[in-house]
Amino acid sequence: MLTLDEVNAKYFDVLKELGNIGAGNATTAIANMLNLRIDMKVPTVAFLPVEELGTAIGAEDDIIVGIMLGVEMDIEGSMMFLLDMNSAHKIVNRLMMRDESYAEPFDEMDLSAIKEVGNIIAGSYLSALSSMTNLAISPTVPFVAVDMAAAILSVPAVQFGVFGDHALMIETKFSDDLGISGHFILMPEEGSYEKILASLGLSI
Amino acid sequence: MSQMIKVGMADLNICKAPDALTTIGLGSCIGIALYDPTTKISGLAHIMLPDSTQIRNNSNGAKFADTGIQMLLDDMIKAGANKSKIVAKIAGGAKMFEMSGGSASTINVGQRNAEASKQKLKELGIKLLAEDTGLNYGRTVELYSETGEYHIKSVGKDLKIL
Repeated sequence: MLTLDEVNAKYFDVLKELGNIGAGNATTAIANMLNLRIDMKVPTVAFLPVEELGTAIGAEDDIIVGIMLGVEMDIEGSMMFLLDMNSAHKIVNRLMMRDESYAEPFDEMDLSAIKEVGNIIAGSYLSALSSMTNLAISPTVPFVAVDMAAAILSVPAVQFGVFGDHALMIETKFSDDLGISGHFILMPEEGSYEKILASLGLSI
Repeated sequence: MSQMIKVGMADLNICKAPDALTTIGLGSCIGIALYDPTTKISGLAHIMLPDSTQIRNNSNGAKFADTGIQMLLDDMIKAGANKSKIVAKIAGGAKMFEMSGGSASTINVGQRNAEASKQKLKELGIKLLAEDTGLNYGRTVELYSETGEYHIKSVGKDLKIL
């Protein structure tokens, strides 16, 4: 059996394509939710040593928003959607119909709006994955954290670190009037990659 | 001029006075600070997982509490520290997301990292002077070799000195 690192390396293009389609679907969902026209740039996919995850989207001590959900049913694992503070504020302000420049710390209502964003994004991402693979995939309730990038990214780093030394990360940049960008990290359990690839007719 | 030396994730380093060691944004990981007040030789390890024997992929010893603490201690002794004088302070081990699920190997990993670190220190006969572990927020730590002070910084919280 291949290690997770070997699977990632061998099927990089396939996983990248899955990521693209998932992220594309998720972008449409955000656009609908915010009632904006959003063009998604081709996402970049990085295959990073876990030790570098902490600095993958900016400085280690930049404060970011992380939304984490479990993934259940045919495949298991978790996924994370990351937003820089600027993007998070823009989305929340839009949803709360506030002035664009409002940047006070998030309150409970704001955090639940962010969770809902995470729900919608993850749901659409996973439903794309599900319809491509014919696997039943469902997200759990989302959890949100606002903290230093390195602390939030230590969660996927640990998750990947158990099985290998590398993590697969998809950066999605949206070009729109708001200038929002986000990152996805899909963290499958060992064995789930095989199921995904097998469902596409690829054997490991 | 004293230097602030950065320690990355799954990494460790030592320094001598007047330098200091830092690691930024500990989540569920633990920053293990070892300090010999007689020589001021200091060491900091940033471990991610509790136990190298439970993981197939364990080539980097600095990733685990059991092997990381041993390596850090060895490096400090090599640099001239007195083993019997070395004391420890630990920080980190948070639960960043209140997820109940997740894989068996990462459930409550922060708490398990803290427990494994304490267990290893006990095994090695190193006294744990203070700890700031658990809860749900990230921590940046700095170990000052002049004083042995261990500074903990978190978002929206006052500086904590162990």
